[in-house]
Amino acid sequence: MTEVLTLISALLLLIGSVFTLIAAIGLLRLPDLYTRIHAASKAGTMGSCLVLIALAIHASDFGTMSRALAGVVFFLLTAPVSSHLLAKAAYAVGYRLHSSSVRDEMAPTDPK
Amino acid sequence: MISVATLFDYAVMIALGSLCLSFLITIYRIVKGPTLPDRILGLDMLVAIAIGFIAVIGIKTGYTLYVDVAIALGLVGFLATVAFARFVMSRGKTEDDILTEVRQAAADARREARTANKAAARAGGDRKGRPGPVPGATGGGHGHD
Repeated sequence: MTEVLTLISALLLLIGSVFTLIAAIGLLRLPDLYTRIHAASKAGTMGSCLVLIALAIHASDFGTMSRALAGVVFFLLTAPVSSHLLAKAAYAVGYRLHSSSVRDEMAPTDPK
Repeated sequence: MISVATLFDYAVMIALGSLCLSFLITIYRIVKGPTLPDRILGLDMLVAIAIGFIAVIGIKTGYTLYVDVAIALGLVGFLATVAFARFVMSRGKTEDDILTEVRQAAADARREARTANKAAARAGGDRKGRPGPVPGATGGGHGHD
């Protein structure tokens, strides 16, 4: 039983760190701000949440487990809010989408 | 047959390595980042990676006191990103806007200096009015850029 839990924890650890790495590569390689927000806020949150869940599974006492899960919930609640706020502020100010973007749903002038 | 403990140690090592790599990549993006929101996003990502680091260190050493620190760090990162987003909103212009404004101001100053120099040369046109305007105009333009 303990070995199974250790294996699950190791697996979650690997998946989470690979997700974080993919998020960082996306941050490096994607062309404009909005696609970078897309990479960092989804894959990055997923990565650190998975690593925290691995800690919760690996921990023996209830206190550490509950605190790690509270951290996961808190992080899942705050990360979308902050990245949405950042994207909205950047769009309102006028940072442009990359030229290879195919559609801008929030474009202001579309008289119909 | 490889044992579970060894496998777990390898997993922890790989996790630490890839977290280090993503930390460095994110720092590169922060340093290079062409605009301010890119840098803010990099800081947000840095907070997420630091939380992952704290969790991996907690798994590796069993020293789980830092999980509280991770929660507090998440709170601080969230508030910092929100405050920076408010700042971007209240600044109200992009880096391109600022560049355009500065170039416009430099061009205006250059034109003004040229007309002033021309007027001065016309008023007292006996001595060296010719070499005066050229360094004054170019120096002013470069100073504003």
